Order: sequence, then C-alpha cells, then structure tokens
Amino acid sequence: MNIARVFVCWGALLWVFALHAEVPLAVAIKDARVVTVSGPELPKATVLLRNGLIEDVGPNLTVPADAWVIDGMGLTVYPGFFNALSTWGIPDAAPAAGAPGQRGAVTAAPATPTPRVRGPEDRPQNYSYERAADLVNPTDKRLEGARSLGFTTSATFPNRGVFTGLGAVVNLAGERSGNMVVLQPIGEQIVLRGGGFRSGYPGSLMGLFAYVRQMYLDLDQYQQAKQSYTAHTTGAPRPPYDHDLEGLLEAPRILLPAEQVQQIDRVLAFSKELKQPTVLYGLHEAFNRIDELKQANIPVLINLHWPEKPKESDPTDVPELRELELRAKAPSVPSLLNTAGVKFALYSEGTDQPADIKKQVKKAIDAGLTRADAIRSLTLSPAEIYGVADRLGTVDRGKIANLVVTKGDAFEDKTTVEYVFVDGELFRPTKLAPPGGPGGGGGARPNTTGAHRDEADDFGLSSAPNQTQGANN
Amino acid sequence: MSLVKLMVCVLVVGCTVEADSILIRNATVLTVTKGTIEKGSVLVVDGKISAVGKNISAPAGAIVIDGSDKFLSPGLIDCHSHTAVEGGVNEGSLSDTSMVNILDVIDPMDINIYRALAGGLTVSNVLHGSANAIGGQTIVIKLRWGKPAKDLIFEGAKPGIKFALGENPKRQGYPPDFFSGGQAAERRYPGTRLGVEDEIREDFTQAKIYQAKWKLYKEQTAKGEHPVPPRKDLRLEPLVEVLEGKRYVHAHSYRADEILALIRTADEMGFKIRTFQHVLEGYKVAKEIAAHGAGASTFSDWYGYKYEVVDATPYNAAIMTRKGVIVSLNSDSDELQRHLNWDAAKTIRYGGMTEDQALAMVTINPAKQLGIDDKVGSIEVGKSGDLVLYDKHPLSNYSRVLKVWIDGHEYFDREQDLKDRVQLASQKKALLDKEAAEDAAKRQNGPGGRGPGGKNPATPEKKPDATNPEPPQSESGKQVAR
Repeated sequence: MNIARVFVCWGALLWVFALHAEVPLAVAIKDARVVTVSGPELPKATVLLRNGLIEDVGPNLTVPADAWVIDGMGLTVYPGFFNALSTWGIPDAAPAAGAPGQRGAVTAAPATPTPRVRGPEDRPQNYSYERAADLVNPTDKRLEGARSLGFTTSATFPNRGVFTGLGAVVNLAGERSGNMVVLQPIGEQIVLRGGGFRSGYPGSLMGLFAYVRQMYLDLDQYQQAKQSYTAHTTGAPRPPYDHDLEGLLEAPRILLPAEQVQQIDRVLAFSKELKQPTVLYGLHEAFNRIDELKQANIPVLINLHWPEKPKESDPTDVPELRELELRAKAPSVPSLLNTAGVKFALYSEGTDQPADIKKQVKKAIDAGLTRADAIRSLTLSPAEIYGVADRLGTVDRGKIANLVVTKGDAFEDKTTVEYVFVDGELFRPTKLAPPGGPGGGGGARPNTTGAHRDEADDFGLSSAPNQTQGANN
Repeated sequence: MSLVKLMVCVLVVGCTVEADSILIRNATVLTVTKGTIEKGSVLVVDGKISAVGKNISAPAGAIVIDGSDKFLSPGLIDCHSHTAVEGGVNEGSLSDTSMVNILDVIDPMDINIYRALAGGLTVSNVLHGSANAIGGQTIVIKLRWGKPAKDLIFEGAKPGIKFALGENPKRQGYPPDFFSGGQAAERRYPGTRLGVEDEIREDFTQAKIYQAKWKLYKEQTAKGEHPVPPRKDLRLEPLVEVLEGKRYVHAHSYRADEILALIRTADEMGFKIRTFQHVLEGYKVAKEIAAHGAGASTFSDWYGYKYEVVDATPYNAAIMTRKGVIVSLNSDSDELQRHLNWDAAKTIRYGGMTEDQALAMVTINPAKQLGIDDKVGSIEVGKSGDLVLYDKHPLSNYSRVLKVWIDGHEYFDREQDLKDRVQLASQKKALLDKEAAEDAAKRQNGPGGRGPGGKNPATPEKKPDATNPEPPQSESGKQVAR
C-alpha cells in the first residue's frame, strides 16, 4: 500500500513539475474553520498538506517557509466527500445522453448474442472477477462534476450483470488510473436484476436468489477442495481453477440491494444464510425497519436518489398510499438510522447531476439529519465501512490530503466550494449549474466547465477569489 | 373507482385483536366434516378450536361474538395461487427450474392478500408458474396480513414443487413482439408433449444419480473416510426430496393423455403426484387419478381460453368426486380467490353436490391435498382457529364476509375496514396536499427551480431500482400461469 501511495505522490508531483516549476511541495490553509470529523471542530486552525498527505492540523501551526499559503479566513475545511457506492471513475458506466437513470442501462444489452445458458453452472451474468481498479480512468467526464461538489473519493463498482465485480476505493483524480486506487478489492456488488420472463436464466427474482445461493454453495465446495488439495498435492486429483469463484473468494464483503421493507427482511435473512460479511444498499423504505436493521448490526448504504413524484405524471393517476409515504419519508431514513445507531453512509449511483446530489443531501438534512452527521456519513462512515478509515475520512495528521474547502456550510444553497484537494492536488471548482438545468454543472457532458486542474497563475495565495465566473451559463 | 383506490391503501391497518380466547355463539356453524349446527357456538383458545357445540360458556376474559342469523365456516383454502410473489411467478428460462423457490420471494405487502382475506380465504398454496416442465419450489402460506414474510409460512405444511404439462412447457420460445421489445425469447427443448415427459424422466434420472452420490458419501464418512463431498445442486435437491416423499408434486395439466403419461412416468421413476392442477379433462381419467392416489384441483367453470382446454365441463369436479378423487376448486387468480365459496356453490348446480361436498372443495379437500387436514379445513376441536363469519350462507352469492380469524386472531373485520378507509383516505389526502404545496413552492422559486417550463432531458425520471427486475405482470405473462 505504501508503495502505491508513493506512486500516487510521485505521479502527481511529476505532472505538476512538468507544467509549473513553481508549484509548491506544501500547501498551508491558514486560519480556516476545520471540521475534522474525528474530533471537535477547530474554529481557527491551519491545515498543512505535503506530498499528498496531511502533514499537520491545528491552531498556531508554524507555516513552513516553502509552503504556499491559502488564506482560510471565512472558509471551512472538510475531509473530501466519499461517495459510498457509484460507478464514478468508470467512463463506460456513465449514463448515455437521454438514457433513463437506471443503473446499468448502458450495458444491459450485450452487443453479441451470448450462447444459451443451461443453468447456474454456466455462470450467466457473472463478472465477479472484474475489477473496478482495472476499469477506472481519470478521463471519466463525471469526475469534474463530482469534484465540483467536493467529492474526492468513491467506492466504485463495475455495473453490469448480477455479480458485478470487485469494487475499489478510488480517489477522483489522478495522472494515471493506478494513481486513483486507494484500496481494492473492497467487496462484490450483487445486483438482483433479472432479464424478465422471456430472458435466459436467471429471469425472475427467485431465479436470482437461487443463482446467488448456488454460487456461494459452489464457493464453499471450491474452498474445501482447494484446501484438501493443498494438504495433499501429491497423489490427489487437482481441483479445476474457477475464474468466477475466484472473484467471489477475493471479496472481503458483499453488497446486497434492499429497497422496500419486504426486501430488507428477505436480504437480511439471505445475508445470514450466505454467511458473508454484508453491506445493504438502497434502503428507501427502511423507515419501517429501523429496529430490524439495528438488530442485524450490518452497515447500510442509503441511496440519495430519493423517490419523487414522476415528472409529467398523469394527473388523474393517484399513487398508492405506500408510494406517497415512501416519497414523504425516505429522506428521513438517514436521520432515523443515525438515531438508532446503525452504521450508514450515503451514496449517489453516478447518474445524477452534482447540483441534484447537493439538493438530495440537503433533503436528508432537512429531514432531521444533523449537518455533522451528514458530513460524517459522507466522509468517515464510508471510510470505516470499507476499512480505509486509517487513511481517509477525517482531517488528521497522516491522512491522504483529500479536502474540500467551502465558503459557508456544506450543502447549503448559497455555499460555494472554493478549493478541492485530491491526493494533495488542488482543483478549483466552478459554479454548479442549477439542478438539472442546461449545462448541468459538469456531469456527463464534455463541454461544460466543472472543477478543473488549477493551471492559472493566481493560485489563491493571499485571497480566495470568487471562482463562480468560470461557469458560462 | 375510488373504492378500488381506497382498497389499495388499506395497507397499514390489518388490525389484529389479541386475546386468549374468542367465543362465537348462536351462529349457524358449518363444520364441513361434522355437519351443520344451528345456533351453535365455537370457542377458540390460544389459537386452537377448543369446543364446538350448542351451549358453550365463555371463559373469563374471552371476546364474545354474537353470531345470531350469521354463518360460520372454516377458513377457505386455495390450492393454486400466485398471490404475494415478487419479481415474477415464472422462472421461464429453463425447462427445469427446480432450484428456484417461491419461499424466497414472498411479498407480505401484496394488497391481494388482504383482499383475499376479505373474501374468507385463510390459506394459499403459492405456486410457481407453468412455463416449464419442472418449475420452482412452492409453499403454503397463511394470510397473516401485516406480518413479515417469515410469519406467513404455514408451519408444518410440506413444501411442494410445480410441474407443468402440455402447451405451456412445450412452447419453445416466443417470436419477437411488443412485450419482448422486439426480441425473440430463446428457444428451448421440449417442443412436444413427448418431450415434456422426456424432460421429467431425464431430470429424475439425474436426481437418482445425485441421490446415489450423496448416499455413497454418507456411507464413506460413516466409515471414517474423508471423501470430498459431492457438489450440492439446488436443482436436484428438491427432486430427491420428491423421490423421498418429502415434497409434494403439484402438476399443471389439462388433457387426459398427458395426465396418464405423467402417472406412468411417476410410477416408472418411483414418485407420487400429489395433485393434478386444473385437470380439466380429469373427468375422463378420474379412476386412474384416484388409483394413483392423486388429488385434483380444478376450476368450477373456467375453460375455453386456449385449445387444450376446449373439451371441458363444469361437471368435472362432481364427476371426479363420484369416482373417488379428492377434488378442490382453486382460483389461480388474484380476483377469483376472493369468492371461492361462490365457485363451490356452482358444483351444486353442475353435478348435484351436497352443501357439505361443495364447501369441502374449498376447505377440507384442499387441506387434504396439501397434507394439512389435521390442522385446518374444518371446524373441529384441536384445529386452528381459522374461521369466517358471513351474513348469509356462504354458498349464496348474496353472502358477504363479516369477519375472518386466523389462529384465533382477527385479520379482517368488515366494519373496521369501512372505518379505516375514511382514515386512510384522509392520510392520503394530507400527503397529496403536502406534495402539491411543495410543487407550488418550487414553481415560485423562479430560475433554478424546477418549474414546468424547465426542460430537463438529462435528469433521470425513474428511480433506479436494482431489486425489482420485472415490469408489472403483462397479460401474456399471466396466461402462462393458468
């Protein structure tokens, strides 16, 4: 890991030197309010970054002579935001123009017809072995938008099939793909999405359950066979190498979807049956299953894409009470889980525009989540869930220099993101476009101005110039 | 229309009255197995019927229901249902999908459970569809509305597996059409009734080999050896259970020839068919069905909806009964299951069944077919307190269900339901008003708000839903289930 980190730093530095000989090795954000997340807020402190890491944090720090200084008066420093489940960083997973916001819509239909599936033995829809770490690419257009909002990190998972592959914690910038990866593999995401009645196996929800169950039974047997062969390599037949099961074998945890209450019940029981460390994702109707989730004692990821009244819906079509309650109460799920003491993090699948994500987080805050808890669920909590809290998620000495510096409280309407640091590299965000409006604040569109590498001469040394002019909409 | 909409929202209030004992007195008690008791009483204690007769006094603290001029029957039982299944009733991809299990996908929030309760139904045999020769594993549920899925499972009821014969499983695929978005479904074996039998024979042959492998493994481990265990195969496990008599076979069938063919295959492979489902030509081969020991679960008067069901008659149930077959009437439908008692009444008109014989077809007979007749299906001491109170005789089509109990708990009360509707309607109105107010506020926000003029092509309109793989059941999907 250390080697990888050194690589990250050197990569960043080499690039920086190539363009700007004067770029500093160290940056000091002076006299800012610092929300450390790990401890109490520091009302006036300096954050010193060096070599892609946080070298020191505290009031009354001596700023080294070689450090470039950013005047932090009136600014707030947060740990960079961490999207707990998305496809950010995998360019192919970006939603195509006009495609519905369905996860995986882009890759749903394979270009070439696959051979007929005879059953679970043929391992249909299995990409368990694909690695997000191999698929991420800093050229993903969505990264600019994500950084504009202050996101510096994502738990990124490939998104096709039922066993979608091995996720990675990635930083949302980097000279090369390899520089982005913080930790991998962090888990196997399972998507319970069948092909429907006329598709190949598995087509139905029960088919998906049977398939996943069979895979883990096969995994048990595979492990047994491997162990017994390792003990007696001479004179024993060797078990075949199984690519599909190796993927499952590597995953330290599985991610299972559960949206409605009956799905939550079902998946909690299924998780026990599979005996895999589990993280649930979705959870919009969890307001009716708080006690059960508390009892289950497993972490959950809450989808920020709150259910809303469909746009241009038929005005005569009156939704069911359950649907209305879902729309009204879903944003209160983070607050309810927080009060109950359930470990949770927030995520945006990667199909929403940054300005929309900002509103979605605000909605959870309006529904009762304190700002501090909202920040925690977007920083330290996901880092803890994925086992990277030793290097990400707080503003503390020795952590990766992922920071977001705002003017105003994060996720408030009037708040602007002034600086974003990813692995110590500075990005200057531009104003977010109005939610969903033309120009959408980065997002998937190539021609918008989102957060960009700071190549300008004014490095914000003495003041924090208003960067909002960058957006031309 | 508004009534239907309101029913949709009767979600939350499946109120249950908790009490140790309930006495229903002065009602016409239709025990089904022990005749009819005029002005009779039934006492339920701790969920079980503890006394049935003329003069029963209420224990202290018992809830007493006056049944004057009312009728009490056992809870109705449906031997063929697809209610409360989430994410598709058919795993239609393969010709043998015995690895899938309805148990995994029971949806206790399905409003049709409540509506069936309101029609006096208390037990359902929830089946996989009939798209394939050997379909999925099935379970029996009690309609305990409001409880989580695990609490709906009928304790001690033997699980089943769905077989299907004839047109549905021998469909080799579908041409591209509207429902498939222009994509043809994959073609598969079999394409004939001969092939369906062959598929079943082949699958059981594999199951026997699998059974033998495990037997050998167990023998070896018993001897102290350490062999590598065979691969656990979720497809073959339930078929071994069928061979060992631990799982019932419910076989969707219509024509006499295919019924006989399956009996021969079962005899050859050494397993039993527990019920023939639909079995519209059962009247032609009733003796053979009875000799095999199978039950018949049929429709009262539903036929002619496809070619293999043209040679049918509403006398089917009565004829099979007279030939010694245990016959039940099933719904196979979210709608029909709400008035199975009226369907039973049709066998009096078509075939001259007695009232008890008719009622038995939706109570004790399906209970026998499902192997739960020691627990439910009639009003007898020791059985579950699954009871239905009607305002008129349940075989009259003017009858209405007033109250339904399962295990002595009240799960439906007509008066309460009518009250709840008012409350739920106001709850709903409050939420709708709130949304409307929020919409209005957004429109006033001006630029940046999501006013009606703000075109927003790139923003996803539907919420991503990874857990719900199927669109709502299409017409064609439903047909396959019959």
